[in-house]
Amino acid sequence: MKISKSIYFFFLPGVLLYAIFFIYPTISALFYSFTDWDGLSSSFQFVGIDNYERAFTGDTIFRKTIGNNLKFMLVVVVFQTLVALAFALIVLKNTKTTIFLRALYFFPTILSSVSVAFIWSFIYDPSLGILNQTLELVGLDFLRQNWLGNANIAIYSLAITQIWFHAGQMLIIFVAGLQAIPEDLYEVAKIEGATKWQTFRKVTWPLLAPSATIVVAYTTIQSFKAFDLVFAMTGGGPNNSTQIVATYIFDIAFRSYQFGYASSISVIFMVIIAIITFLQFKALRSDRISY
Amino acid sequence: MFFRRFSLLIYALLILVPLLIVILTSMKTLQETFRSPLGFPEGGLQFENYTAIFQEQTMAGYFINSTIVTLFSVSLTLFFASMIAYGITRLNNWIGNFLFILFTLGMMVPAQVSMIPLYSLMLNLGLTNSLLGLILVNISTTLPIAVFILTGFMKTLPRELFEASTIDGAGNWKIYTKVAMPLSLPSLSATAIFLFVMHWNDLLYPLLFITDNAYKTLPLALLEFQGEYSTNYPMLFTGVIIASAPMVIAYVFLQRYFVAGMTAGAVKG
Repeated sequence: MKISKSIYFFFLPGVLLYAIFFIYPTISALFYSFTDWDGLSSSFQFVGIDNYERAFTGDTIFRKTIGNNLKFMLVVVVFQTLVALAFALIVLKNTKTTIFLRALYFFPTILSSVSVAFIWSFIYDPSLGILNQTLELVGLDFLRQNWLGNANIAIYSLAITQIWFHAGQMLIIFVAGLQAIPEDLYEVAKIEGATKWQTFRKVTWPLLAPSATIVVAYTTIQSFKAFDLVFAMTGGGPNNSTQIVATYIFDIAFRSYQFGYASSISVIFMVIIAIITFLQFKALRSDRISY
Repeated sequence: MFFRRFSLLIYALLILVPLLIVILTSMKTLQETFRSPLGFPEGGLQFENYTAIFQEQTMAGYFINSTIVTLFSVSLTLFFASMIAYGITRLNNWIGNFLFILFTLGMMVPAQVSMIPLYSLMLNLGLTNSLLGLILVNISTTLPIAVFILTGFMKTLPRELFEASTIDGAGNWKIYTKVAMPLSLPSLSATAIFLFVMHWNDLLYPLLFITDNAYKTLPLALLEFQGEYSTNYPMLFTGVIIASAPMVIAYVFLQRYFVAGMTAGAVKG
């Protein structure tokens, strides 16, 4: 059926804004990544692949940053997914209590990262904080820590905050996925005399794979983009031990005004995220099982 | 069974206790907090910090800025994205597919990539320290996810509906407003909530583009209280409560929609 040409006007405002404020800057970032632009002066020089070379060979902080990001990601992805799945299985059935609990567990998701950062800075506070006070109360004084000030553990403290922040959201995705599994499959398993574990392994797990992939994919990307939380809680410190790629880019660009170099790191960052997204989309496709 | 109930309780306490501490601390003085950080406020429920923060800060101004930026960003993103989704659905040819892919790719690009050139673009256009600037950037960065969700939904609507309306002589604008929009309400409301939470809580763009107090939004203002109040947690938490109040109130009443909206958003990366 022929459609009136007026349809093209529907694209106009959105595409125009998208082109000016998103596509143009994104492509410019690629361009500037080959320059020594400082962001302020109008002149800059092409430096070829120098920036990329520096990122991969000369910049030890960048290497550390990638390591921190991987640590953070690993802890968050593994524990957040396990917590979300375990609790989703418990609050699966719709009763008054479970509906209330799901709403409660989901609650932190609607807060701003800055609010969550303040709440957890207080929890982790070495002298005032509830964490150290509780440890003292139960006689575990020796576990007292400067949770955000100790370079060895600060990144894990941040990971726990991130899990508190977003596990509820993942739990809800799991609940939606689990509730979509037809009840009769469980009845068949019961009649056949399957144990609880067998039922989980053979019925629940394969049918859960799509939502599990979504959760893992989302959590992975979220943990790479956890800019706000890190920025507000530690600012990347102490001694760059909590610096992740997103905060590092901000630092090089807006604290030391190396826009060219920051652009090249941001391009590397984009490639990393694109690869992860691509792999996970592929996994999502191959995991689809239907009975 | 006992173990299950026990775990549910522990998780519930892990959420509730910190929130309770935030509320109680906002009603204490700094001295009280140092003396007993976890105890109840000695003077009972007192709201002195709330009046103090409104006096010391241009709190009302931040609140209004956040409201303006969020309302315009959400409604315009929805408006433009739904028009694009309608266009892509109706066109159903390579141009539509190309635009869909162009927007979908945008979901993969982290904000940190475009932010550097965007910063100088905004400077050159005179759009820093301006709510309009924030709104324009917000729309552009959330269009991809909104187009993705809305197109996905509109493609499930029966084509015959649109075609029948065309035969009846309705133009695109009429079909969009009278047919496509009303039918897409579930998906529009889910997207709206997702965008609301995102724009209300956004920190990065205000941090980049706003330095003048007159244009700061709540998350940025809150972040800067940290510089001013340092570890004066009673004041910081008073700020947290004021900044979160609208979302919390909305969540209590529209819980189901929040859950639907935030999970629709999660399907994206």
